[in-house]
Amino acid sequence: MSSLPSLLIIVRHAPQGTRWVAEALDVALLNASFGGETALYFCDDGVTALLDDQARGALDQKGTLNTIKALEMYDIEALYIDPESLDERGLQAQELALQVSPAPLASLLNRYQRSLMF
Amino acid sequence: MSAALHYALLVMGAPYSRQASHSALRFAQALHAHGHHLDSVFFYHDGVLNGSRLLAPPQDEPHLGHAWRSLADSTGARLQVCVAASLRRGIVDDAEARRYGLEGSSLAEGFELTGLGQLLHANATADRLITFA
Repeated sequence: MSSLPSLLIIVRHAPQGTRWVAEALDVALLNASFGGETALYFCDDGVTALLDDQARGALDQKGTLNTIKALEMYDIEALYIDPESLDERGLQAQELALQVSPAPLASLLNRYQRSLMF
Repeated sequence: MSAALHYALLVMGAPYSRQASHSALRFAQALHAHGHHLDSVFFYHDGVLNGSRLLAPPQDEPHLGHAWRSLADSTGARLQVCVAASLRRGIVDDAEARRYGLEGSSLAEGFELTGLGQLLHANATADRLITFA
C-alpha cells in the first residue's frame, strides 16, 4: 500500500477520560507502518495529550504519552500544535513533553491529501 | 447532475446515545438517491456498537441495526467493524468468541469484523470519506 495518500490526523480530545487519543494513535501508527506519510495536529483539548508527567488515567489503560513520544521511531516526525489552543488553556510550550511545531490548520489541510479527526 | 462519486463513511458514535449513526444513515440514503456509490461504512471507536446483534430499541424508535443492513442490501456497501475497537466493547464474531472462550458472538449479520487497514484502504480509494462522530 505504498500509494497511500498523505494523512493528517487531527486530535481534539484530552488524553484522559475517553479513548479518542488512543484510537487516533492506532490509526497513525498503522498508516505509518504501511509506509503512508503521516502527521498529527493537536488542537483544542487535544493539546493536553502532549503535557509531560502523565500518569495512568481514569480508564486504567496504558497512557498515550509514551506512544506519542515514540512516534518518531515509527517515522511519524511531523507533529503540529495549535498555539491558540495552548494559550486558551493557560499552557506554554515548555510544559509539553516534546517539541512540536506551531502551525495553522488551513495550511496543513492543504499540505496533506487526507485528514481524519478524533 | 455531476459525475457519480465513490463514498465511504466512518462512523464513530455509539448508537442511540449520539446522532452519528442517524446522520450517517440519512447521508447514505441521500447519496444513493443522487446516484453516488457507497463503497463501505467503517465503524470505529464507539461506533462499533452499531454492529451489535443485540440492539433492542423501543418500538417507536428506529432500529439502527436493521437500518444498516437494509442500507447495505440496497447499496451493496460493506459494513466493516474494527476488530480491535470491537473486542474491548464486547462486539465479537463467532471466530473471536471461540478464540477468547466467550459464551457467544454479538456481531450482527451483515457486518464483518476487519482490521483498521480497511479504513486506510477506504481513505485511499474512495473519492470522499465522511466522518460521523
